[in-house]
Amino acid sequence: MTATSMTATSTTAIGTLAARLRTVLGTDRVISDRQELRTYECDGLAQYRVVPALVVFPHTAAECAAVVKACAAAGVPFVARGSGTGLSGGALPHADGVLIVTAQMRRILELAPADERAVVEPGVINLQVTRAATPAGYYYAPDPSSQQICSIGGNVAENSGGAHCLKYGFTTNHVTGVEIVTPDGDLVRLGGRAPDAPGYDLLGAFVGSEGTLGIATEVTVRLVRLPETVRTLLAAFDTTDAAGAATSAIIGAGVVPAAIEMMDALAIEAAEAAVHCDYPAGAGAVLIVELDGPAADVEAQFVAVERLCRDNGAFEIRIAADDAERALFWKGRKSAFAAVGRISPDYIVQDGVIPRTALPDVLRRIGEIAAEHGVRIANVFHAGDGNLHPLVLFDDAADGQAARAEAASGAILDLCIEYGGSITGEHGVGVDKAKHMPRMFTADDLDTMQLVRCAFDPRGLSNPGKVFPTPRLCGEVPGRHKGAHPLQEAGVAEVF
Amino acid sequence: MAAFDDDHPPRADLINDCVHCGFCLPTCPTYALWGEEMDSPRGRIHLMSQGLGGEPLSDSMVTHFDRCLGCLACVTACPSGVRYDTLIADTRQQVERRHPRPLRDRALRAAIFALFPYPRRLRLLRGPLRAYQASGLRRLVGRTGLARHAPTLAMMESLAPTLSRPVRLPERIPPRGPRRAVVGMLTGCVQSAFFPDVNAATARVLAAEGCEVLIPRTQGCCGALSVHAGRRSEARAFARALIDAFSGGDLGHRDLDHRDLDYLVVNAAGCGSSLKEYGELLADDPAYAERAAALSARVRDLSELLVELGPVAPRHPLPVTVAYHDACHLAHGQGVRAQPRALLRAIPDLELREIADPELCCGSAGVWNLLNPEPARQLGERKARDVLATGARLLVTANPGCLMQIAAAVRRLGSATGDSTTGRCSAAGDSSATGGVAIGLAHTAQVLDASIRGLPVDALG
Repeated sequence: MTATSMTATSTTAIGTLAARLRTVLGTDRVISDRQELRTYECDGLAQYRVVPALVVFPHTAAECAAVVKACAAAGVPFVARGSGTGLSGGALPHADGVLIVTAQMRRILELAPADERAVVEPGVINLQVTRAATPAGYYYAPDPSSQQICSIGGNVAENSGGAHCLKYGFTTNHVTGVEIVTPDGDLVRLGGRAPDAPGYDLLGAFVGSEGTLGIATEVTVRLVRLPETVRTLLAAFDTTDAAGAATSAIIGAGVVPAAIEMMDALAIEAAEAAVHCDYPAGAGAVLIVELDGPAADVEAQFVAVERLCRDNGAFEIRIAADDAERALFWKGRKSAFAAVGRISPDYIVQDGVIPRTALPDVLRRIGEIAAEHGVRIANVFHAGDGNLHPLVLFDDAADGQAARAEAASGAILDLCIEYGGSITGEHGVGVDKAKHMPRMFTADDLDTMQLVRCAFDPRGLSNPGKVFPTPRLCGEVPGRHKGAHPLQEAGVAEVF
Repeated sequence: MAAFDDDHPPRADLINDCVHCGFCLPTCPTYALWGEEMDSPRGRIHLMSQGLGGEPLSDSMVTHFDRCLGCLACVTACPSGVRYDTLIADTRQQVERRHPRPLRDRALRAAIFALFPYPRRLRLLRGPLRAYQASGLRRLVGRTGLARHAPTLAMMESLAPTLSRPVRLPERIPPRGPRRAVVGMLTGCVQSAFFPDVNAATARVLAAEGCEVLIPRTQGCCGALSVHAGRRSEARAFARALIDAFSGGDLGHRDLDHRDLDYLVVNAAGCGSSLKEYGELLADDPAYAERAAALSARVRDLSELLVELGPVAPRHPLPVTVAYHDACHLAHGQGVRAQPRALLRAIPDLELREIADPELCCGSAGVWNLLNPEPARQLGERKARDVLATGARLLVTANPGCLMQIAAAVRRLGSATGDSTTGRCSAAGDSSATGGVAIGLAHTAQVLDASIRGLPVDALG
């Protein structure tokens, strides 16, 4: 089959599918205008752009299932997208596929603070859950920096983290049940309201599956009691080494802060330019340490944290006097990624994990990587759990800089692996890091993961091209099967 | 044909500042309504970029630009400092010059812009409007199919405030006590025709705070409605005339140049925002560029000036609960949020309450509600519900458009709950009966005026 005839075939298939979807959703909710389609060509990671063949907006789980069923019947791949803020290209569209946008499924279906549960549609904004629960004295704990706009559905797909995940855990620790559309178009429930459903932890497999196992259409989340007290301090250090040592000292002392966040000088410069957060002048690094919980515990630990910061060289410590000041401390941190746009035309947000104790070494090595590649690297990270977010600054218009930045960014991931860490802490693999997966996992590891995927999506229609470096296994798809899987050969597994 | 020509297309460097993070989405009224990328700031910037890349100015592209309210909430929300305000303004004037609109749309726009920027024409409407309101026809019209057949007309009808008697302000008002500043005062179009009490209150407050107030009769429209709709050459003409009005002989008995004014005070958010941008609007006009920039530098919102000067007039207690609504062109356009709140809090016995989602536009947005009646209605009702949820007795804001829009929405909510009483809403603060929920409406100036003069709360509704 030639390229031309293939395109023609897929165009016809899309045309037929579009007509079918319009009968399901109505004409308004199926987009095929080229310019409108192009506004969906990327998510929060704009380096990758693919224009989808169609964009659709289901309003209900049943509509979403009908869309997926129609795609499955037509053999057309589909990609789910929430608010389009992901940083790994997880919602990058498929050129011959349908982009299913869940942004209009944004009802909070049930709020049951007494049961510590809320049931929401996937398009509900993360912060909206907290805002809805706050009057009853509860909130939704996982707080990605984009919490004011990222969707719960996207959080589930990416198993999103956030500053406060150090103490409270990631999305997976706060979702007790989901209703999903399987890649065949069936509505299925995984988990429920109870914390730990019997049988295989399919919910655990689904959370963080990056859209490759289906689309969440309803999510039951845990609500957490608002803490009695929250205390936040901002400590300024001369160097990231000192700030890193303070972090280790705090955790080593048995304190579990709600968050410990670090920013280096370049990240501070960007945040100042963007939101005028007025961090201490001349700081080589700042730490934001937040403690929450019962007042008596927090007060005692707060004294210890302050002392440990000073012992490790903090030259200025500010304590938030009220919610407004706390918000200002956080504003600098939470705006940091986008704020880098103020000091650099382009940048790559990297996401990696290292053992917390390796922090000073790794930061020094990152400095060396920056020098070697002739780029600037700003560091913002969840210091408490060693989740780094180096920001590699470059100018796309300058010759060769983009390639050097990309190389530096990749070198940082190698560094994370070298220190026994991971190539992603919370942003997911998506399209961006699929190529790095073989650095962290063996071919056997990846094939085993692929077997899980095939159990849900044997035809590889649900968000293809993400997570895995190359499409493989899924026995039924002709031309993709490259020999028997090692597990098959060993007689311990068979292809579905 | 490419979407844009060389006459101020949206600037590529400003477009490239957008890193596609999406932080603007939740504050965008149309994204809040529809949840679609192309009706969000991020999507519109993408469309502008497509236009620069050679895509034509299609009907669909224009629709998405047109649907932008120009509220500028995204400018506040953007961590990367994207100048969406400049981008949409440049885009709009390209659309107005280059995109042929359907006849009906063209006629509607022509009618709107033949009426609103002309205070005298607006004042001519007052007589018939008062007669109409007095006749009880309003209730009758409410039950007819006007909304279905002529949505813009129906929207205009619903917006019209109950009129109070016209007020004619003198050209010069002396300060009470020692003179602290010489200020020019903009009376506006809608403000002067429909809310003359607001202007009177503004002048009294300024005088009480030691300002000599100059109000040239020759002043006309500042051009805000035109510039925000992309009618740039029309806006420039208005701007030149206004600069002249606040210069030289037009300032009455005193031979003052506008440079002798310490400040030019504005009590309408949209006007203040556009006056502050005269420098940019007339940058290409050698005869006016310098004067425009000089005038812009002197422009202050009333609340901004009062905080800068500091109070001298004693405040009397005003025991009332107030919900303060941020007008977009004050909060997002001029960054004025703290000053009006500080002035209100300084009034003894006044309790200030915050409205949920304060960054979200009420849907008025200049003439946007006339051009987009249905979504404007939805936004207005959303805002009205949030306002009523505060339980405040009085809604205070600093823009005539917001006052009319929210008043109309409160009235609709009232009739939707089964109470057919026609709420009387005016900037003078008449209360709107709304199915058991009543809220008065007032401009910041009126609240300050009442407190300074020691008027009872009832004077405000």
